[in-house]
Amino acid sequence: MNPQGFSESTNALKHPAAIPHLDVDPFAIDFFKDPYPDQERLREAAPVVYLDKWNVFGVARYAEVHAVLNDPLTFCSGRGVGLSDFAKEKPWRPPSLILEADPPMHTRTRAVLSKVLSPAVIKQIRDRFAAAAEAKIDELLQRGTFDAVADLAEAYPLSVFPDAVGLRREGREHLLPYAAVAFNAFGPPNELRQTAIEGSAPHQAYVAEQCQRNNLAPGGFGACVHALADTGEITVTEGPLLVRSLLSAGLDTTVNGIGAAIYCLARFPEELVRLRRDPTFARNAFEEAVRFESPVQTFFRTTTRDTEISGYHIDEGQKVLMFLGAANRDPRRWEDPDRYDITRKTSGHVGFGAGIHMCAGQLVARLEGEVVLAAIARKVEAIEIAGPVKRRYNNTLRGLESLPVTIRPV
Amino acid sequence: MTTITFIHPDGRRERIDAGAAETVMLAAASHGVAGILAECGGNAMCATCHVYVEGGWPDRLPVMTSEEDALLDGAAAERLPNSRLSCQMRVTPELDGLELRLPDRQT
Repeated sequence: MNPQGFSESTNALKHPAAIPHLDVDPFAIDFFKDPYPDQERLREAAPVVYLDKWNVFGVARYAEVHAVLNDPLTFCSGRGVGLSDFAKEKPWRPPSLILEADPPMHTRTRAVLSKVLSPAVIKQIRDRFAAAAEAKIDELLQRGTFDAVADLAEAYPLSVFPDAVGLRREGREHLLPYAAVAFNAFGPPNELRQTAIEGSAPHQAYVAEQCQRNNLAPGGFGACVHALADTGEITVTEGPLLVRSLLSAGLDTTVNGIGAAIYCLARFPEELVRLRRDPTFARNAFEEAVRFESPVQTFFRTTTRDTEISGYHIDEGQKVLMFLGAANRDPRRWEDPDRYDITRKTSGHVGFGAGIHMCAGQLVARLEGEVVLAAIARKVEAIEIAGPVKRRYNNTLRGLESLPVTIRPV
Repeated sequence: MTTITFIHPDGRRERIDAGAAETVMLAAASHGVAGILAECGGNAMCATCHVYVEGGWPDRLPVMTSEEDALLDGAAAERLPNSRLSCQMRVTPELDGLELRLPDRQT
């Protein structure tokens, strides 16, 4: 490591206001335990900061995060959206054809997933997802006390999403571990990443096998992706990798999104009262939880040329870390950002990203979140934390390992 | 000044100055027009900024892209011949006087 980096030597000459160097490690366990003071430091230091620990630039204010997300030609994804630069290092797995791709290739693959997960498709699965959420909340009301992570935030998506993709029943226990590896792997070569990748072989083998066309049930999202190979929109070899994107990104994200929403309602009971009074806020209560907790905390981009962000120079070939979670609590953009408010106008938050790489599955996520919270709004009087809350540590995902709660029926 | 009128499902008319906003959706958002959700923030992914273009305006707007066309098929409220997504409508001086009716629901 060269903590002085190149940024002082080259950038100071090009810009009178040098980029401040910070010693924050946003991938350390201590950071994950309470990220907010450090996120504030990152935000308030300057529009662009330099993190000596990993030799990367960082943006933590809303305006700069939004600007980087919306300039994919300058801030590319094809060199990886983690710390690892695919131009210099062999990726740990074959790169994603959509997440880790740039136009024009990305334009084509993105159109495929947009078609498979379009608003019209989501309308068709709505009733099924809603009925499963009702049944799940009824079952949990019978139990009274349970773990809101394992028994709800994980159990509900697992009860609907793998079926919607068309996965076989056997082997599904690999899904969450695979996603955890994928999201840890975006981080730096710390213990979380190394341990995750070392243990990933069985999960990778399962996912590779499950992505094959003959393993996916007709009518599911997976089969729909493969069907687009018949019309020439993708090649036969691209099909399995695009299905892999559904499996990598479609489950752990909603697990942490729903977990965030339950955790919010448990901590802010007055918001549950408001939700019960008007259950039509269910969808926005979920959206606000995504802003408030930002289940996906960070992503990287790589500069394709010498460029500037808000007047600060950055050389070509540099990694830029976008703090989505910090942007979602930037007081420059959000009034009273540390307050969970189910009636907030949430449009524009970057919890799902923004621009051409904005989450392709956001409509599935919102549907799952909405129907779970709508069922809670109608059936649950109170949610009380009933034991020690344990955090789960991941280089990219923010969420809980365990959230014991007791719920009471209306 | 580019004045746009939103007609709410209850018949209430809300006039805003779209001013410097990039799109009609962003203009509506900045004025807090209820009924324009724009869950995806203007990235043409969600169809929750659906509007019905009134009067003779439909023919005067730029034609829609195939992406907008496909998204409108998934809009929560009924799709009509004058349905558009307000995030895909760029604010230009030519839009002065535009009238948009809001659907009864966006999700």
